[in-house]
Amino acid sequence: MASFVDKWVKGGLLEVQEYVLLVSAAIRGMVTRPFYRRDVIEQFDTLGVGSLTVVLLTGFFTGAALALQSGQTLDRFGARSLVGQLVSASMIRELGPVLTGLMFAGRVGSGIAAELGSMVVTDQINALRALGTDPIRKLVVPRVLAGTFMAPVLTVVADTFGISAGWLIAVTSLRVGSSVYWTSVRDALYLQDAWQGLIKPLVLGFVIVTIGCHVGLRTRGGTQGVGRSTTTAVVVASVAVIAVDFFLTPLLIALLY
Amino acid sequence: MTIATERSTELEEALGPGSPIVVFDRVSLAFDEKVILREVSFTLIKGHTKVFLGASGAGKSTILKLIVGLLKPDSGIIWVNGERVDIMTEEELMVVRNDLGMVFQEGALFDSLTVAENVGYKLLEQGLGEDQVWRRVEEVLGFIGLAAYIDNMPSELSGGQRRRVAIARAMAYKPRILLYDEPTTGLDPITANTVDDEIIKLRDLEGVSSILVTHQLRDAFRVATYEAVREGGIVEITPADDEKCEQAEFIMLKDGHVHFEGHSAELRASTDPYIRSFLS
Repeated sequence: MASFVDKWVKGGLLEVQEYVLLVSAAIRGMVTRPFYRRDVIEQFDTLGVGSLTVVLLTGFFTGAALALQSGQTLDRFGARSLVGQLVSASMIRELGPVLTGLMFAGRVGSGIAAELGSMVVTDQINALRALGTDPIRKLVVPRVLAGTFMAPVLTVVADTFGISAGWLIAVTSLRVGSSVYWTSVRDALYLQDAWQGLIKPLVLGFVIVTIGCHVGLRTRGGTQGVGRSTTTAVVVASVAVIAVDFFLTPLLIALLY
Repeated sequence: MTIATERSTELEEALGPGSPIVVFDRVSLAFDEKVILREVSFTLIKGHTKVFLGASGAGKSTILKLIVGLLKPDSGIIWVNGERVDIMTEEELMVVRNDLGMVFQEGALFDSLTVAENVGYKLLEQGLGEDQVWRRVEEVLGFIGLAAYIDNMPSELSGGQRRRVAIARAMAYKPRILLYDEPTTGLDPITANTVDDEIIKLRDLEGVSSILVTHQLRDAFRVATYEAVREGGIVEITPADDEKCEQAEFIMLKDGHVHFEGHSAELRASTDPYIRSFLS
């Protein structure tokens, strides 16, 4: 039992060490040459534009469901007109970043782990190194940059569609006037909320992509290993999204408000 | 077109004909409890061939990875082109790798790139003009007889074609040392012959020093005992004379150490039970 715990702790520490090394190498790769601009642009398209549909749908249905649920609750206090406030504040401060993060982890985190994992098991990573290319600069840096900067953009899209879906439900189902809804949305929002809604996904995007890259590059054991890495990347990144959001929220509240 | 790294005149002279180009001096490596190599020493002479034989897991591929610097030895010294690669950082190794080409098992071609982009990868990385790169790519693919597949994706190629493209990728930037990791494993004899012939042509017509790792005896002997000659613009693969055969040495690894080292004739004549069982 003791040896099992010992092995588990050592394994965990090794993973953390390797993750930190990867992250520091990636940051170094962002500020020194060579910089693979074409790969960065390609990844912005693959990770960002490619995730648009899933994020858009997530935002839309979350906003719609939120409006329906909160409308019912607000009715008890005779405050149905405040539905816009509830939807916008919830979406921008919490649900937008977290749900976009979870979707991003599912689509992008798994994709990166599977792609890099396949490259490891088919010796393509070794081939890159043998051809004189640093895989961190060529593969990790473009993905980290794209993931970090596209996550806030996707979150804004999710927020926009969520609030719009809320409006649709408010007008059609809750019989709240359109102008009442939008005034309520505007009244509830502060500049700090917008900052919070942008900083959170920036951090979450970075965490998701670096986890995907780390897990992918540590793949061992053929195609079975690739499958394991993909699952691990999604699970770890999803839990990380929830956990990082939990720790980030009080920090941002303390700093911004 | 000069693509390989420029070397000083002194080093160029020191690495002239007959000089050692890869040297292993008592190199050992273990992964946890498992010993892979035990004090392995050998020398590859410029323009010559070393063929590594041995059972799976004997450490053959590890030797190639050590030469390229993908792995570091636990002890011992490794010289490549007059440089000690065992103590180099990853950045320093990038320079040494300019003169090393490696053909991986199964080819390890980049799936997302076309055949042409795979072959020209290193040249584009080195910042050569696109015209120059595509000219060289066409030349190299013509050399290995795959010019018609220039715009195909690796997934559209057969196993043998993938290996040959991998050879083209490794030779495109004119390295002086080529390392082949099981280049014919899993191929039918006819396709394997075409791969062997590329290895022979590169060695005899381009003066490349080669290290071949395989457990395919048939291919090992073909590479060691045949030579490429160009007559009137036509390249022919013919049986080599004794002097040429002596330029190819076999090393058999067993349990991480060198069990046999010698020429093809010595290997065939060996009475060692392990070698006999391997040859039979």
